[in-house]
Amino acid sequence: MLNSTLSELSAALRAKQVSSVELTRQFLDRIGALNGKLNAFITVDEAHSLAQARVADQRRAGKGNAGAVGPLTGIPIAHKDIFCTRGLRTTCGSRMLAGYTSPYDAHVIERFDAAGAVQLGKTNMDEFAMGSSSETSYFGPVRNPWDAARVPGGSSGGSAVAVAARMAPAATGTDTGGSIRQPAALTGVCGMKPTYGLVSRYGMIAFASSLDQGGPLAKSAADLALLMNAMAGFDARDSTSLERPAEDYGRSLAMDMKGLRIGLPREFFGDGLEPGVRKAVEEAVRWFEGQGAKTLEITLPNCALAVPVYYVIAPAEASSNLSRFDGVRYGHRASDYADLNDMYRRTRAEGFGTEVKRRILIGTYVLSHGYYDAYYLKAQKVRRLIARDFAEAYARCDLIMGPTSPSTAFVLGAKSEDPVQMYLNDIFTIPAPLAGLPGLSIPCGFDDQGLPVGLQIMGNYFAEAQMLGAAHRFQQATDWHQRAPRETPL
Amino acid sequence: MSLTSDQLQRIAFLARIEVGPAELRGVTERLNEVLGLIDQLQAQDTQAIEPMSHPLDAQLSIRQRLRPDAVTEVDRRDDYQKAAPVVEGGLYLVPKVIE
Repeated sequence: MLNSTLSELSAALRAKQVSSVELTRQFLDRIGALNGKLNAFITVDEAHSLAQARVADQRRAGKGNAGAVGPLTGIPIAHKDIFCTRGLRTTCGSRMLAGYTSPYDAHVIERFDAAGAVQLGKTNMDEFAMGSSSETSYFGPVRNPWDAARVPGGSSGGSAVAVAARMAPAATGTDTGGSIRQPAALTGVCGMKPTYGLVSRYGMIAFASSLDQGGPLAKSAADLALLMNAMAGFDARDSTSLERPAEDYGRSLAMDMKGLRIGLPREFFGDGLEPGVRKAVEEAVRWFEGQGAKTLEITLPNCALAVPVYYVIAPAEASSNLSRFDGVRYGHRASDYADLNDMYRRTRAEGFGTEVKRRILIGTYVLSHGYYDAYYLKAQKVRRLIARDFAEAYARCDLIMGPTSPSTAFVLGAKSEDPVQMYLNDIFTIPAPLAGLPGLSIPCGFDDQGLPVGLQIMGNYFAEAQMLGAAHRFQQATDWHQRAPRETPL
Repeated sequence: MSLTSDQLQRIAFLARIEVGPAELRGVTERLNEVLGLIDQLQAQDTQAIEPMSHPLDAQLSIRQRLRPDAVTEVDRRDDYQKAAPVVEGGLYLVPKVIE
């Protein structure tokens, strides 16, 4: 059961081969056995999960009035600890919220609850989702099950590891500059960042509001589609939530590759790419060509500036969003202070970690008087140039493919003292969210150290079903996504 | 553009984050490395380019949705205040601001 896809688990629940309580118990036991080593979960409440599983079993048995049965009824799902949950504490990986329990549920949590899914626990992450390695968490670093000396990527590293090590059949994550796709790539799982506005940000602790988007992580593209069907949807409480008719994200899983135009950005295959990543990605692209897809070289010239643009816009928005953590209404408060300003300053110095403070300082600087035009406005202008690059590219091709990350998983501590090197990890994942576009990552091979490589598939606005279709066809012909990590045997 | 330690202290005050003397130099150096990365933007010609503040405004004519100015929330003050460090009589307590 631990290695099954969501559709397989759903079928087993439907056929009464297993109950939700039994299934949830299996994953809780697996978490109990592995979490000490991998640190993928911050909070697990077995009684809470099992109570939800019992309700799901009653729902499947047609008892009570718990609601209609759907494909996710009774399936345990792990949630990134950025989504507010009424029943479980929500820390966002920070000392600031180490003791915080939310008085409300995030929209994403409400949607999964309504579908009858079981909350399996809250996953570890870079503090306030700021990081690419899951090392900045107040609760300690997450470790990669392919090699525990290495990072799993970030910021949704706990969610990616939970899926990779088969501690959860699926998980939620959030992606601002790559925080779903990059950890998915580094841990050999699938993850998708949807078009901006498809998944409500209500109750998702804000980092950079013009970029943040929730999305799923799972073992297959077909599973991502099932999760998207539950997660996505209009929510009036998020002012950027899009009012669109409900869609089935799995509707194109049988799509024909013939004539599909795949753009290969020249800038994604440059010198900075590790040879093992290049080889695996190029082989995957050749598979699509073999199925009748047409590849063409494209160029996204302004994407060279995507990382600098991102490190103006994201910190600027973060400095504003995180001003709410002031030690007054919720979260940590310093115990010793002289006056109100001193309380703010000490509370925030103690409650935030190094990387979060760095980004708040950068954001405060680029928004400050005299620098706003040179940094913030400038970055917003280059952001438009990047969006135009994509518009021109999608006039010529249907999907864009390339590596998700320039390297496979790196060793813990290797980049944590060098912020710029850490930021450059996200060079291929930052461009799409700047333009509000969707992207996903699926496993496409291994490097010569046996570490997983991710293939990134990007699409135009609302092209999720097509992206998932292409990914699913690839997964029908390959088994990279079914490989389980060597350090956590089943 | 490079920040001095004095400038950093000014920014840190605006951000309401205490930066102690022991960490000041390291924080300033790391921040200047990041500003070096950001400075690459200055070379790009952006004349006549409109700033983009909404991620979908480049391609889609999506307007910011507005709602009627009406109270829709129920009063859950007690629930919300459970998470506060110090409350009394329904009020959030802070250090004295005015003598």
